[in-house]
Amino acid sequence: MATAHQPPSTAPHHTAAGAADTAALESAFDAAVAADERIEPRDWMPDAYRATLVRQMAQHAHSEIIGMQPEANWITRAPSLRRKAILMAKVQDEAGHGLYLYSAAETLGASRDDLLDKLHSGRQKYSSIFNYPTLTWADVGAIGWLVDGAAITNQVPLCRCSYGPYARAMVRVCKEESFHQRQGYELLLALSRGTPAQHAMAQDAVDRWWWPSLMMFGPPDAESSHSEQSMTWKIKRHSNDELRQRFVDICVPQAESLGLTLPDPDLRWNDERGHHDFGAIDWSEFWAVLKGNGPCNEQRITQRRRAHEEGAWVREAATAYAAKSAARTAKATKSAKSAKNSEREEATA
Amino acid sequence: MTPTPVSPASPGAGPASTTTEAPALHAAALALGDDALVLSHRLGEWAGHAPVLEEEVALANIALDLLGQARVLLSLAGDEDELAYLREERAFRNLQLVEQQNGDFAHTIARQLYFSVYQTLLYGQLADTDSPLAPLAAKAVKEVAYHQDHAEQWTLRLGDGTAESHERMRRGLDALWRFTGEMFQPVPGLDLDWQGMREQWTARVTEVIEKATLSVPEGPQSGAWTAGAGREGLHTESFGRMLAEMQHLHRSHPGASW
Repeated sequence: MATAHQPPSTAPHHTAAGAADTAALESAFDAAVAADERIEPRDWMPDAYRATLVRQMAQHAHSEIIGMQPEANWITRAPSLRRKAILMAKVQDEAGHGLYLYSAAETLGASRDDLLDKLHSGRQKYSSIFNYPTLTWADVGAIGWLVDGAAITNQVPLCRCSYGPYARAMVRVCKEESFHQRQGYELLLALSRGTPAQHAMAQDAVDRWWWPSLMMFGPPDAESSHSEQSMTWKIKRHSNDELRQRFVDICVPQAESLGLTLPDPDLRWNDERGHHDFGAIDWSEFWAVLKGNGPCNEQRITQRRRAHEEGAWVREAATAYAAKSAARTAKATKSAKSAKNSEREEATA
Repeated sequence: MTPTPVSPASPGAGPASTTTEAPALHAAALALGDDALVLSHRLGEWAGHAPVLEEEVALANIALDLLGQARVLLSLAGDEDELAYLREERAFRNLQLVEQQNGDFAHTIARQLYFSVYQTLLYGQLADTDSPLAPLAAKAVKEVAYHQDHAEQWTLRLGDGTAESHERMRRGLDALWRFTGEMFQPVPGLDLDWQGMREQWTARVTEVIEKATLSVPEGPQSGAWTAGAGREGLHTESFGRMLAEMQHLHRSHPGASW
C-alpha cells in the first residue's frame, strides 16, 4: 500500500487529523494488514506499530552486533585456515546484518546513533543467548548449528512480516544465516567424526548450548507480553511455543546424524501429537540472563561500550574531515564560478 | 649484527615440501604468504572492536582477502595448515611490519598504508612476469588496490581531521617507519625491480602523507635487526605471543583434522 510522494514523518499523523480521519486511517491500515499487503515507510501506521517495530528491529540489530563477540573470540585461534576464513566471513556478515537492520529501523524515523546509545546504556536489549561464553572451538559450531538454527526458525516467518523494509532485510539476512548454519553443522560433524577428544568437545558444546537455544524463542505463550498484538499486526506469524516445537523437531534428527546427543532425558517422539515432547525449560535462568545476570552480560556490554568510546576520536576525525572537504569543494566551486564570471565580463567588455 | 638465515627446513620449520625443483619459488611464496597470513591475523583481532560498524566490515573484508592470498601462496609452498600452525617463530618469513601490534586505529591505518602501497606495487609488477605466482598476483592486485584506497582515505581523514587524530596519525606513521626499509630487500625467487619499487612507494606514500597535512617521518627505515630480518626469520617480541595464540588449538590436537 505504498503511497509515494507523501513525506516520511516520525510525528504521529493523527495529531493533525481529526478523530474521524484517524479512524479511517486505522481501518485502512487494518484492512491492508489483513489483506497481507506490505506497509511501507511513508504509509500511515499506528504509533504503537511503529514503536513495536523500532524496538524489535533495534534489538535484532543489537543482537547481530553483540553476537559478533562470542564468535570473534575464536577468530585468532581457529584451528585451520579454512575454518578461520569461514569464521571471519561470518562475523563480517553479522556486522552487515546489523547495518541492514539499523537502516530498516531508520525508515521508521529512528536513528542508528540513538539506537546504539540505547544499547550502550542498557535501555534496549539484545538476544540473551549472546551472554553465554564460547569456551571451546566446538562452541563456534554449536552456535552455527543451534543458535543460527533457532534464529532462522524465528526469522524465516519474518520474511513475510507486514512491514516491507523489515521483511526485505530478513530475506537477505536469512540467506546468509542458512549458510552459516550449514557451516556450523559441518564444523560439528568434522569434530564428531574426528578424534575422541574432538568428539567430546563437540558433545560438551551441544550440552551447553541446547537449552539456551530453546530459550531464544522467548517465554512460553502464556507469559509472552507482546505476542498477541504482534500476531494481529502480522509482525509475528507464529507463537513462541510453536516455533520452539518446530525447532526441536528439526534438531532431533540432525543431532542423530551428527552422532551427538541432546541433553534432555525427557526428549522423545510423541506419535499422538506428531511432535517431539521435551523437558521443562529452566525459566529462572532465562529471566536471570535477561535481567543482566548471565555469565557474560557485563563483559559483552563493556566491550561494546569500549569499542564505541575508544572509536569516538576516529568518528570525530571523519566528521571534521568531511566538513573541511565540503568547505574546500564549495570554495573551489565558488572561485571557479567567479573566474567564469570575470571571463564573461571580459568577453562582454 | 647480521641475522642468520634460516631455511624453511630448519628446526621448527615443519614438514614443508622440499621435493620441488624450484626452491626459490617456495621461498618467495612463503615470504609473501607469511606477510598476508600474519597481517590477516592482526586485522582479525579487530573484530568486535572497530570504531564504527562500517569498519568492522572493512577490516574483516581486508583480513579475508589477505587470508585468501595466504592460503594460495602457502599451498604453493606446501600444506597451508602445516605451514601456518606447525612452524615456529624463527621459520616465519614475513616482514616485521605486518606482525606489529594493532595499537590504536591510526597505528593500524599507518601499517595498512605502508603495506598496501607496497603490495599493490609488488603484485602489479609480479602480475606482468612469467612467474608461477603471476596469476595469483593478477587476482590479488584488484584486492590490494581496494586496501590501498581504504588506507589512503583514512590517512587523509585522520591526518586532516581533528588535532587529536592528526597527532595519533603522526605517531602511527612515525612508529612504523623503521620497519618500511625491509619491504625492498629483494626476495629470492622474485625477479622484480626492487629499487624502482622503493622509489614508487616513496613517491606515493609521500604524496598521501603530505596531502593528509603530515610529514614523512625522518628517521631511518631500518635498524640493525630490522633490515630484511623478518625475511630471515628474525622477528619482534610480540610475534611469538601472536603465534602461541594462533597455533595453540591446532597443536593441542596433533594429527586431527578440522
